[in-house]
Amino acid sequence: MATLLQLQQATIRFGGLTAVNAVDFTIGEGELCGLIGPNGAGKTTVFNLITGVYQPTDGTVSFRGRNLAGLKVHSIVQLGIARTFQNIRLFGSLSVFDNVRAACNLHRSTSPLQTLIRLGAYQADEAAITKRAEELLDIFNLRRFRDAPATSLPYGEQRRLEIVRCLATKPQLLLLDEPAAGMNPSEKIELIRLIQRIKTEFNLSILLVEHSMKVVMGVCERIAVLDYGMKIAEGSPAEIQKDKKVIEAYLGEDHGTNLSHH
Amino acid sequence: MPRPHLLLLIGIAFAAGLSALSERIDPYFLDVMTGIGINVILAVSLNLVNGHTGQFSLGHAGFMAVGAYLSAAVTVYLGPQLLGDEPGMFAQNAIFLGALVAGGLSAAFAGLLVGVPSLRLKGDYLALVTLGFGEIIRVIFQNVESLGGALGLNGIPYYTNIFWVLAFVAITIFVIVCVVNSTYGRGFIATHDNEIASEAVGLNTTRYKIVAFVIGAFFAGIAGGLYGHFKMTITPTGFDFTKSIEIVVMVILGGMGNTIGVVLAAVLLTLLPEVLRPIAEYRMIIYSFMLIILMILRPQGLFNFKFGKTRF
Amino acid sequence: MTEFLQQLLNGLSLGAIYALIALGYTMVYGVLRFINFAHSDVFMVGAFAGYFLGQYLPADTIWGGCVALAGAMAASAALGVTIERLAYRPLRNAPTLNVLITAIGVSLLLEYSGQVFFGAAPRTFPSVFPSRNFDVGTLTVSSNQLIVITVAIALVVALQFIVFRTKMGTAMRAVSLNPKAAQLVGVNNNVVITFTFALGSALAGAGGVLYSLNYPSIDPLMGVMPGLKAFVAAILGGIGNIPGAALGGLLLGTVETFVAGSQYSTYKDAIAFAILIIILLFRPAGLLGRFTVEKV
Repeated sequence: MATLLQLQQATIRFGGLTAVNAVDFTIGEGELCGLIGPNGAGKTTVFNLITGVYQPTDGTVSFRGRNLAGLKVHSIVQLGIARTFQNIRLFGSLSVFDNVRAACNLHRSTSPLQTLIRLGAYQADEAAITKRAEELLDIFNLRRFRDAPATSLPYGEQRRLEIVRCLATKPQLLLLDEPAAGMNPSEKIELIRLIQRIKTEFNLSILLVEHSMKVVMGVCERIAVLDYGMKIAEGSPAEIQKDKKVIEAYLGEDHGTNLSHH
Repeated sequence: MPRPHLLLLIGIAFAAGLSALSERIDPYFLDVMTGIGINVILAVSLNLVNGHTGQFSLGHAGFMAVGAYLSAAVTVYLGPQLLGDEPGMFAQNAIFLGALVAGGLSAAFAGLLVGVPSLRLKGDYLALVTLGFGEIIRVIFQNVESLGGALGLNGIPYYTNIFWVLAFVAITIFVIVCVVNSTYGRGFIATHDNEIASEAVGLNTTRYKIVAFVIGAFFAGIAGGLYGHFKMTITPTGFDFTKSIEIVVMVILGGMGNTIGVVLAAVLLTLLPEVLRPIAEYRMIIYSFMLIILMILRPQGLFNFKFGKTRF
Repeated sequence: MTEFLQQLLNGLSLGAIYALIALGYTMVYGVLRFINFAHSDVFMVGAFAGYFLGQYLPADTIWGGCVALAGAMAASAALGVTIERLAYRPLRNAPTLNVLITAIGVSLLLEYSGQVFFGAAPRTFPSVFPSRNFDVGTLTVSSNQLIVITVAIALVVALQFIVFRTKMGTAMRAVSLNPKAAQLVGVNNNVVITFTFALGSALAGAGGVLYSLNYPSIDPLMGVMPGLKAFVAAILGGIGNIPGAALGGLLLGTVETFVAGSQYSTYKDAIAFAILIIILLFRPAGLLGRFTVEKV
């Protein structure tokens, strides 16, 4: 399996605080991985590191062998990494459709100047974009909200829209930041199915940050565990559930319970 | 033919028609229309920057100044050299168009120079830097003796007529609406709405801000050129930050990002001083009072229509 | 050398006034995180208050001058508090840009009202303090300059005392660091904000009187330029930082005076803006300030 994303001794320090400490982690093509850890362990910081919001203080982050250091966020998206946010960041002043359309700019085939001239090529491109956006909305059952303001959607639909928007950028790696936050048990089951479906239908790799053990254990092939910025364990769901260090990190010492019921 | 292009042609045809009839129209009315047209161009162009892209620029008058002075320099200094002493109608209009475009391009270039360093700042800080640049541009013109210095530049030929004004109003609205209502154009609004999310979907937000700034500056320059050749005299103090504020008020009144609203606001705010002429003394007091009340009671602007399918 | 020292003295005198106005900007920014554009017009009102009081006071007396100064400070404080209560408080939770525009509206309102009710023509500020020139060695020091510098120093020292040694001052600092947490420990934010406005406006009013002593021609638009420059001074020192505002004011006043005395004198107004741009582009936190990062 080809390596897609590789973190080598990735480190971020903010002044005196080491938020991410020499983390080694690899994601291969077609893998569905999870990143878990107690609150404050540095999970979203790792996401920010991968997507270029922060630059590593030490170590490297590479995508398909290419070092991402110094690249701006939008350039990294162009390379094929997309992410969702812990607190949903939709474009509230745009409609559902336009939210997806904005993300289609990455693969637009006409130049901005052509918006003024609007000959055949421009019209064909716009039609193709409209078709694609509508198809994506359709797949995720959001088509009926097409013209509604994005923030008028119910919470669960907003999260789905954020994922749809990511897919519009044609990513090879999708980073999901706590997609199950605020969901009840049946919604979580839906989410598990959705994530599996995205992986197969869109042929991409997924890295998931999540607190809900049910979702993580239910969907991830491989899981890495962070605590205080350091990777303390990595393995299959079964291995992680039994790992002593992981249990200690979550529940403190001398707890024999397993973690699959969160 | 795509709809915007059709509307543009209609607009220009209307401008030509009105111009042909201009002998029979009350000159005061034409003057007011010219004033309205210039303000519409200023407001709609600033709206792209402040409204659609959400970058609070307080220096728009500076770009207007660049356009005014440079287009005047072309007609006053280059004109006689190229055309001789008694240019015909066609030659006059040709040089005027050339001067306007030169003014617009210079203003656009100034927009680039100001925009590139400034647009990394946000909110208050951006407003201040643009204010600072606007004032610096004014002081520079105040010190260029060949363009009149502090006393201003006189003797600018009266080339502005109702055709040019309305034609450029149509062109400005056409360009802004076409650019914004496209997939590419959604990027401006996205940048305004949530910059971090915009970057996360691959949009180069810095480039969007600069493009908005440059386009806005270009049309401000055009408006400046039209203004200079209408008033026949321009002074640096006429382009100070009070002028920038006047334009900003039009954008806010119209509803930031709402093109139709901004056009209406520009019309209203050009007519209001005329209407209030009897109480001209109190005009500005009422004006500033209105601004305060507006921000407290209806910050989304007077003319903001409901959220709909096509967002102007 | 004499020339240099003379200019330095002039610069410090001007800078002291910029510092007084800058302190008002910086304090309000500290507690409310917004730039009070109307502050420059409070300065103007202070000058006019001093002017009108001066009509009823004997000229050239120290006590007369002090009454004029105190009266102007009180009037400015009252105005500042009123503006906050009527125009800014309703927008306490609105986006900063809205409040900024409202502040611009208030500023314009004061300027244009001033023009209508005071007349646009400049008036001469009465000589409320005794006016004399001293010769210190080869330097000429005017008593007005001495008064400006002395009063400015006294006010800044008083301010430092208030901010760092009183309960209210601690409350001000608390609100500027974290308004919600301040409320949770029992601070009444509205009272603190009102107090901050009163204090800042009083300083601006004092600045108005002191400025008019040295530049006696006053008119309703007199606040625009000094206000903008004081504002640049506040940013130069680090907006929100009190010693920074004082430092910024002094620096700016001095630089401007030297430029005005040089061959580039026509560019003296542009100096302030050039400094503003350089600071915002290269060191937005200012000389003494600190920059914060947005959380993703």
